[in-house]
Amino acid sequence: MSTGTGVGTTAERSINSGLNNQRSTVNRLSAENVTLAYDQRVIAEQLSVEIPDNSFTVIVGPNACGKSTLLRALSRMLKPSEGRVLLDGQVIQSMPAKKVARTLGLLPQSSIAPDGITVADLVGRGRYPHQGILRQWSTEDERVVQESMRQTGVAELADRYVDELSGGQRQRVWIAMALAQQTPLLLLDEPTTYLDIQHQIDVLDLCAELHEEQGRTLVAVLHDLNHAARYATHLIALREGSVIAQGAPNDIVTAELVEEVFGLRCQVIDDPETGTPLIVPAARKARIKDAAGPESGAGAEKVAATEAS
Amino acid sequence: MLVESPPEQRAETAPAPPTRRAVRAFGLLLSVAILVLVALASIAIGAKELSLGQVWHGLFEDSGTYGDVVVAERLSRTVLGLLAGAALGLAGAVLQALTRNPLADPGLLGINAGASAAVVTAITFLGITSLSGYVWFAFFGAAAVGALVWFLGGSRGATPVRLALAGTAISAALYGYLQAVMIMDDAALGKMRFWTIGSLSAATDSVITQVLPFLLAGMVLALALARPLNAMAMGDDTAKALGANLNRTRALSMLAATVLCGAATAACGPIVFVGLMVPHVVRSFTGPDLRWILPYAAILSPVLLLGADVLGRIVARPSELQVGIVTAILGGPVFIFLVRRRRTAQL
Amino acid sequence: MKTTNRALRTPGGLSVRLDVRALTVVLLLLVAALTASVVLIGTGDFPIPAADVLRTLVGDGNAGQEFIVNELRLPRVLVGLLVGASLGLGGALFQSISRNPLGSPDVLGLGQGAAAGALTVIVLFSGSANQVAVGALVGGLVTGLAIYVLAWKRGVHGYRLVLVGIGVSAIVTAVNGYLLTKSDLVDAARAVVWMTGSLDGRDWAQVWPLLGLCAVLVPLVLVNARGLRLMEMGDDVSYALGVRVERVRLLLMVAAVLLTASATAAAGPVSFVALTAPQLARRLTRSPGPNLLPSLCMGAALLVTADWASQRAFGAEQLPVGVVTGVLGGVYLLWLLVTERRAGRI
Repeated sequence: MSTGTGVGTTAERSINSGLNNQRSTVNRLSAENVTLAYDQRVIAEQLSVEIPDNSFTVIVGPNACGKSTLLRALSRMLKPSEGRVLLDGQVIQSMPAKKVARTLGLLPQSSIAPDGITVADLVGRGRYPHQGILRQWSTEDERVVQESMRQTGVAELADRYVDELSGGQRQRVWIAMALAQQTPLLLLDEPTTYLDIQHQIDVLDLCAELHEEQGRTLVAVLHDLNHAARYATHLIALREGSVIAQGAPNDIVTAELVEEVFGLRCQVIDDPETGTPLIVPAARKARIKDAAGPESGAGAEKVAATEAS
Repeated sequence: MLVESPPEQRAETAPAPPTRRAVRAFGLLLSVAILVLVALASIAIGAKELSLGQVWHGLFEDSGTYGDVVVAERLSRTVLGLLAGAALGLAGAVLQALTRNPLADPGLLGINAGASAAVVTAITFLGITSLSGYVWFAFFGAAAVGALVWFLGGSRGATPVRLALAGTAISAALYGYLQAVMIMDDAALGKMRFWTIGSLSAATDSVITQVLPFLLAGMVLALALARPLNAMAMGDDTAKALGANLNRTRALSMLAATVLCGAATAACGPIVFVGLMVPHVVRSFTGPDLRWILPYAAILSPVLLLGADVLGRIVARPSELQVGIVTAILGGPVFIFLVRRRRTAQL
Repeated sequence: MKTTNRALRTPGGLSVRLDVRALTVVLLLLVAALTASVVLIGTGDFPIPAADVLRTLVGDGNAGQEFIVNELRLPRVLVGLLVGASLGLGGALFQSISRNPLGSPDVLGLGQGAAAGALTVIVLFSGSANQVAVGALVGGLVTGLAIYVLAWKRGVHGYRLVLVGIGVSAIVTAVNGYLLTKSDLVDAARAVVWMTGSLDGRDWAQVWPLLGLCAVLVPLVLVNARGLRLMEMGDDVSYALGVRVERVRLLLMVAAVLLTASATAAAGPVSFVALTAPQLARRLTRSPGPNLLPSLCMGAALLVTADWASQRAFGAEQLPVGVVTGVLGGVYLLWLLVTERRAGRI
């Protein structure tokens, strides 16, 4: 795909910045030298990631680079075969399940709305970690559920059935459920998938609001690099299970990085709305012309061909 | 069953590369060779030991000796095993494709229950006692329930889940009836406890000639459905976009499966697992293309059925184990192994 | 539709959540089950009016009625109530764990497993009724354990659980068929009656163990019900919310297997109560979630009513209750299919 020297320099850069992060702050959530695998299939080895507190961290990378796997490890859905994930200085697997659930929320990609459940009931289930046998439904629970539904704009749907809702509404209901969990840390696995553009922006605006106004730490896996660059305060770029670069989008998103991570030739310009980096893929002809030259362009050519068809 | 099947591998749109096709074709020939061997074994091996000379004599110079009678019996038994096995395998493959459910088998659509209820009715209320007498009852019981399931399943708008539910519901009601009759009538119990297991041992030429036309017609129909079912494998919408006639394909598939299972069940009693398992095993090396799955299933199912039958004759000498028991005891563990190996999608 | 959840709160910060509709359903079902019980006790060769039944139950009847009621018919009805309740609860647990309305113990082969144990005792040892019950209990527990172990692969997945259950069920069914063909006709007839499920001739010896087991398991299950409710949204979500998914699942499965196996040991594999009771209960409460308590009451009411129906329709000791539940279950499923189709839900 890309040339060897390019990988080396960027990797060094990222490792250095990673070390700096580790020394300067003690963040609440981090993964230390984790090896992640499903059965025998190793997705990532010796991967270390810090989630800066009060950041909106977005993990990006090509398909099957291990972004969702990393998120699953950070949210203790997947136990690392080596290394450890730390939450507030403790190994996350060793902590009581409800305690973790009061600190760290997750919106997984796959969730099932039970048949015939109403919106209010589903959102209410997010209160589970705050409840007990004798404390099943306090006024506080009631208030938080109303609040979460209001924030996500689903309050007027409270008595509707979840299976009757549109995709965009349903996603907001699930986010409301995660919000009702009232966790300072919230992890979202591709929250915008299957939504149309206006709902994607809706959901991302909502995330930004949660981050800016409530000071929650958000970690999201996103497909769209431009969305990531616009909304993230901290970006982690993964390829084949290792961190290629991390930092503020303005600092790290360059044409070289995009080509290295995604194998796509592009220009990076300033977003006219926000001033954040905006990735503009190179025109098909330009990429084909380039590809004709060095061997490294072969990957890019394939991408171009599939996109054009 | 009402379970979501994890997405199957997508059917290949491009024709397979020539080498792969050659491998598959060679595999098919090999399967035929195995089938011939198993069929010969089924004639040669049995509860009574015969020398190869006696077998030869029985096959080609039949003069009515004891050995010749045994061989003649085994011959019709083998022919029935071949036909019924192929029918069950094809029916299973068609049903699994139709319902897009890897668990679909004749039992699922209530066909076993329908045949059993009709046979018990014939025995208890009409006093019919010979196998060749109740073949027709079994067949029409199976066909009637197949049609009922199709109708209740929503005929035109039939979805896989609805068909499965309708089959389960009708089976439930019919088995209640079956048990009630068996409890109140000892004679029926005496017959039914053997019939409901499924066996090839009662095969006679008259049974075979009764079911033969149905089996052959069903097989031709099933094999002809490979292409439209391939299109349906990718979901109703895609199939429509590809120009497949969904309702016709569904109706014909149901018809083929009902005729095949009904006739096979009528002749041997309900035999489980052949129709469920063989298509699974076949898919694991042919991939999802029904144009290969169907012929393979038609050849390998009788291999399993006859093999199980021969095994049943060997392990329990001087008596024998019914083939239905052997297929379930062999098939169950294989099935569980397949389930465990499969990478289930996270629901 | 409106949600019917209400919460009771005390000043000390304690709160209990009440689903008014579900509570009403539970109460009505209890009344129905008890009414059916009283009627059932009055039914038989010596009919006893309901008023006399009640008087005898509180210890105010004449000696003859007292014997018939307390020694003959009351234990039978109690076994019916307990078996129905256990099957209803066990079915609700299994359906919820497998996230599949067909994932009931009938389909997973627990009933068949218990039947294999009982058949072994009947056919190979011609054992007594109590030995048959022990055989059934052992058979059911071993089958349940086998299904769990075979379905285990980094956790038990609902889909895999159902599939493995079907496989195990088919093997055990074949073994049962074999045992039936090996037996003589008398044993076979006894086995078929047992396999259909019957309350005939049940006495206090069956009541006490069942009652003890229910007294332990029902509270245990209800305490864990909230975790089960969350698990219906998928393992990831419930895990993220702090439910120890695998632990809750194992605990509840063991409870469900115990409930089903002991109910089967007491009355035989009464078919379809475990399948239909949770579905019916769910339609009455109209609430998502496992509906454990309503299913329990529904199971008890169903079984006692079915027993009464089989006695009324075919005379006492004629037709085992399992036949009636089987036919009712099938008809119910068909009805479900037709109505749901009209509602466009399936």
